[in-house]
Amino acid sequence: MAGQLEGKVAFITGAARGQGRSHAIRLAQEGADIIAVDICKQIDTVGYQMSTPEDLAETVSQVEALDRRIHAVEADVRDRAALQAAFDAGVAELGPVDIVLANAGIAPLSLNPVPEEWQDVLDVNLTGVYNTVEVAKPSMIEGGRGGAIVITSSTAGLNGIGGNTPGGLGYTAAKHGVVGLMRSYANQLAEHSIRVNTVHPTGVDTPMVVNDVMQEFLEADPQMGQAMANALPVPMIDAVDISNAILYLVSDAGRYVTGVTLPVDAGFTNKK
Amino acid sequence: MGRLDGKVAFITGVARGQGRSHAIRLAQEGADIIGVDICEPVPTNNIPPATEADMAETVRLVEALDRRIIATKADVRDYDAVKAAVDEGVAELGRLDIVAANAGIAGTPNPAENLSEEDWTTMIDINLSGVWRSIKAAIPHLKAAGRGSIIITSSTAGLNAYQNLAHYVSAKHGVVGLMRTLALELAPDMIRVNSVHPTSVDTDMIQNETIYGLFAPDLEPEERTREAVGERFATLNALPVPWVEAVDISNAVLFLASDEARYITGVALPVDAGQTTK
Repeated sequence: MAGQLEGKVAFITGAARGQGRSHAIRLAQEGADIIAVDICKQIDTVGYQMSTPEDLAETVSQVEALDRRIHAVEADVRDRAALQAAFDAGVAELGPVDIVLANAGIAPLSLNPVPEEWQDVLDVNLTGVYNTVEVAKPSMIEGGRGGAIVITSSTAGLNGIGGNTPGGLGYTAAKHGVVGLMRSYANQLAEHSIRVNTVHPTGVDTPMVVNDVMQEFLEADPQMGQAMANALPVPMIDAVDISNAILYLVSDAGRYVTGVTLPVDAGFTNKK
Repeated sequence: MGRLDGKVAFITGVARGQGRSHAIRLAQEGADIIGVDICEPVPTNNIPPATEADMAETVRLVEALDRRIIATKADVRDYDAVKAAVDEGVAELGRLDIVAANAGIAGTPNPAENLSEEDWTTMIDINLSGVWRSIKAAIPHLKAAGRGSIIITSSTAGLNAYQNLAHYVSAKHGVVGLMRTLALELAPDMIRVNSVHPTSVDTDMIQNETIYGLFAPDLEPEERTREAVGERFATLNALPVPWVEAVDISNAVLFLASDEARYITGVALPVDAGQTTK
């Protein structure tokens, strides 16, 4: 059976591991070629281990194992010029981009917060998303073939959660902020048949959530842990669940879905 | 391999339009179907009614896919009739996994002050209470299956206001409250509940003289062509299309019904060409 994304090219940020890697694999399974970027470096205010060049190489090998092509570049979404160069090189190798997944994000949560967390999380999770769409937008419009953009927000993009630290507040502010970006882009790009939506995951079983620092953070405030409980009786969901929602949104099955905030949250938001 | 192999879906309003499209799309992915439709005129509803011939055509189309379908003439205003149809369908097909509460009417458009008592109560009885009755009849079977997915067909009118449609807007908003409450009540049983919110869909419900008159009151009736009225419909959407196809709603229902959405519940999903965000 032909894949749902045969002949398409997808640009994915934060693709070295976690949800980004899962998206690359899931879209490749459906026939898409992938332009993958990831910072593959530590950011000082982030308490958990961030991605490495080895992680990105693993994404490359898993996509290639599916007989799809992948152009992978180490690039920081905060650096517009580097991101543009990565995008352009990917297009030169794989052809024009149809799908953009602005997935890269950090969660600088810690028991010893520092003021710099605020700016770092806004730079990566909000400005980084803006940069991602901006580097892709001109060629998608010029191509005239429409397209689909999905921004990864969070339940913290719909609810006032995330705690009281600079990093936690910044995370929630940034994840709300991308909803405004999505809505504006959806309206502006509709005439070009480019659709723009957000997904809002609850806790996903990835290194950003499952790590010692997050564990410590949640244990220090049991009330917060309790407030994070889902409606469906599952503690966490899997990266592929977000990938499947994104696949629906970017495929022809979702060809008239735009401007939508789609929670993939085991009923978390509805329970609030 | 289908995405719904071994599953059984209960669909209301199955004789034509979106309901028929859902039956076909879910059957294509391996589901057997339990379907009901009133197949009769409804007072206050100004479009030609679904007929038993329409229902027979749905049955033929599903069976042509080598799937089974138990179709019963039943009115969602009659709980006992709906329950009997579901119970008999489950007895025949063995289980129930999916509910698509789709049956609905458009009614007669009018400013709220001019709506009759019958306009209002008929609308609420079908588009709101009928959804509750259909789901109530299905819940015990979903619980018996150990998990399930309920999809309620609301509308952009379930999220936004539209003049001359107070009764329709109220009913379609009402099912969102029903969806949200059911999502909470049924979460411990791993039964998910979501709503879909279509913009205009290219079915008999919009392609008729009453709706054409609502969209183009300034045109003479003979000028109200599909193309002319389509331009008016297109102004509502952000994407440059007048309406979407029934299969676009079916694809959303399929996604929500399938394991690909196994952790999506309590969600109002617009399939609206950007109408709500515009």
